[in-house]
Amino acid sequence: MRNPLTWLRRNLVVIAGLGTLAYMILPNVVVTVFSFNNPTGRFNYAWQEFSLDAWKDPCGVADMCGSLSLSLQIALWSTLVATALGTAIAFALVRYRFRARGAVNSLIFLPMAMPEIVMAASLLALFLNMGIQLGFWTILIAHIMFCLSFVVAAVKARVLSMDPRLEEAARDLYAGPVQTFVRVTLPIAAPGIAAGALLSFALSFDDFIITNFNSGNTVTFPMFVWGSAQRGTPVQINVIGTAMFVIAVLVVLAGQMVGNRRKKAQPK
Amino acid sequence: MTTTAAPPQAPASTEPPVHRASLRKRLVPYWLLLPGILWLLVFFVLPMVYQASTSVQTGSLEEGFQVTWHFGTYWDAFTEYYPQFLRSLLYAGTATALCLLLGYPLAYLIAFKAGRWRNLLLVLVIAPFFTSFLIRTLAWKTILADGGPVVGVLNSVGFLDVTSWLGMTEGDRVLATPLAVVCGLTYNFLPFMILPLYSSLERIDTRLHEAAGDLYARPATVFRKVTFPLSMPGVVSGTLLTFIPASGDYVNAELLGSTDTRMIGNVIQSQYLRILDYPTAAALSFILMAIVLIMVTIYIRRAGTEDLV
Repeated sequence: MRNPLTWLRRNLVVIAGLGTLAYMILPNVVVTVFSFNNPTGRFNYAWQEFSLDAWKDPCGVADMCGSLSLSLQIALWSTLVATALGTAIAFALVRYRFRARGAVNSLIFLPMAMPEIVMAASLLALFLNMGIQLGFWTILIAHIMFCLSFVVAAVKARVLSMDPRLEEAARDLYAGPVQTFVRVTLPIAAPGIAAGALLSFALSFDDFIITNFNSGNTVTFPMFVWGSAQRGTPVQINVIGTAMFVIAVLVVLAGQMVGNRRKKAQPK
Repeated sequence: MTTTAAPPQAPASTEPPVHRASLRKRLVPYWLLLPGILWLLVFFVLPMVYQASTSVQTGSLEEGFQVTWHFGTYWDAFTEYYPQFLRSLLYAGTATALCLLLGYPLAYLIAFKAGRWRNLLLVLVIAPFFTSFLIRTLAWKTILADGGPVVGVLNSVGFLDVTSWLGMTEGDRVLATPLAVVCGLTYNFLPFMILPLYSSLERIDTRLHEAAGDLYARPATVFRKVTFPLSMPGVVSGTLLTFIPASGDYVNAELLGSTDTRMIGNVIQSQYLRILDYPTAAALSFILMAIVLIMVTIYIRRAGTEDLV
C-alpha cells in the first residue's frame, strides 16, 4: 500500500462492487432500524425514539397478519402448481423432439418478455368479460401463470447440463423407466427444480402489480403495504420486513451449506 | 444419445406391440406439456384476445361496452399519453443503464474476486427478492427525505446542481422528482441485472484471462477484448430483465414521484382501476406491449444473441 493511487486503481472493482452492495442493502438497514422506532404520527418516516413495542406485538395491527398468511398460502399453492407444471414442460422441451417445439418455446418466453402490467390488465379484461368474481382464486390463477415461465427456465437450464449417459447407465443396469426417473433423473434435476420453486415462491409472495389488478377486495401482504403507504405505515410493517430479510438470508445460506456438503460428500 | 433425442419418425416396425409402444412414447412429450400449456393458453393467450376485443369496444360503464371495431381509441390514447410513454422509456432506459453500470462491478466481484465470500454476497443479492419490495421502496422515502443526510451530502457536493441542470431534480429536494423515481427503479431491478451477469461471468474460463495477460494485454484490454464480449449473453438478458419490467412499473413513480413523473404504468392502472375507461386502458397496454416487443426484437437482433432462455 505504498502508493494509495495504485492501490485504489487495483481495487477499483472491489470498491465499486461493494458500493453497489451498500446501495442494495441500505433500504434493508433503514427498514431494520425503523422497526425499533416509536413514531408520533401515522407515518414511520422520521426517527423519534427507540422502542421495542412493534417487535413485542407484531400482529398488533388490524388485518396485517391476516394478509401475511394469505400471501403465504397463495405463494405456497402457486409454487406447488407452477413447479409441477413447469418441470413437466421443461423435461418435454429438453428431452423430446416434437412438432410444436418452437411455438411452445415462444409461448413460455413471452410472459417474461412482457411488462407485468400488460398481463395484469389482460387478465383483468378476461375476468371482467367472463364475470368472474375477483379474489383468492383469480390471484392464484394469475400467480401460477407468471411463475410457470420462470420454473421452466430454471429447470431447463439444469436438465440441459445433465449428462444423459447417467440415465443410459441406469438402464443398462436394468432400472425401469420409473426407477431411472426417480433414482437418477430427479435427484440430478433437483437443484434446478428447487431453484425454480424458490424463485416462484419469492415472485408470488412479493408480487404487487398483477395482484393489484386481479385481487378485488382481497388484501395480500403487498396490497396491505400499498394501502398503508396512503393511510399510514405501522411500525409492524418494518418488523415483518426485517424478519423476512433475516429468514431469507438464513434459509438461502442453509440451503447452500447443504448443497456444499453434498458436493463434498460425493466427489466426481 | 439413443433415447434422449427420440427420432422424429417412428422406427420402421410392423409388429403391433412395438408400434403401440413407440406411439405411446411419441405422445409422452404432449402429455407432459398439456397441463402447463393449457394453463398458459387459457390464462395468458386468451386474456390477450379479450384485451384486444376490449380495446376496440365503445360505450360507457353505465350502458355497457360493445365491440364496435373503434380503432380510434388507439390513436386517441397515444396522442393523449405520448408524454407518459416517452417518460417511461426514458426512465426505464436510464435505470437500465445505471443498473448495468452499478451491477457489472458487483457481478464481476462475486464471480472472480469474492473467494469464500461468494456465497454470502450472492445471498445478499438474492435476499431482497424475499423481502417485500414495496417495504424497501417505502424505505427510500426515508432515505431521500427532504433535509435528510443523503440529500444534504448530495447538495453540498454539488450533485443536485448538476441534476437540476439536467432537469432531474428541483431545488434542494430529491423526493417527488425524476431522480427519485430513477433511483427507485434502478434499485428495484438491480438483482435482475446482477444475476444473469454473474452467471455468464462465472462460466468464463479464467485461463483465458491468463492467456491474454501472457500475450501482454493490459488489464483494461483483457476486459475489453475477452471478459466483456464473453459476458454479452448476461448483458443482453440482464438489460432485458431490467428494461421490460421497469417500462411498465408504476410503483416507483407512485411512491417516490409526483404527478409530473407519472409513467405509462400509472396511467394504465388508474384507467383500469379508478377511471374504469376499459377500452383506453386496453389500448394503452397494447401500445406499451408493441413498443416493448419492437424494441426488444431490434435489440436482440443487434446484440446478436439467440440463446437467451
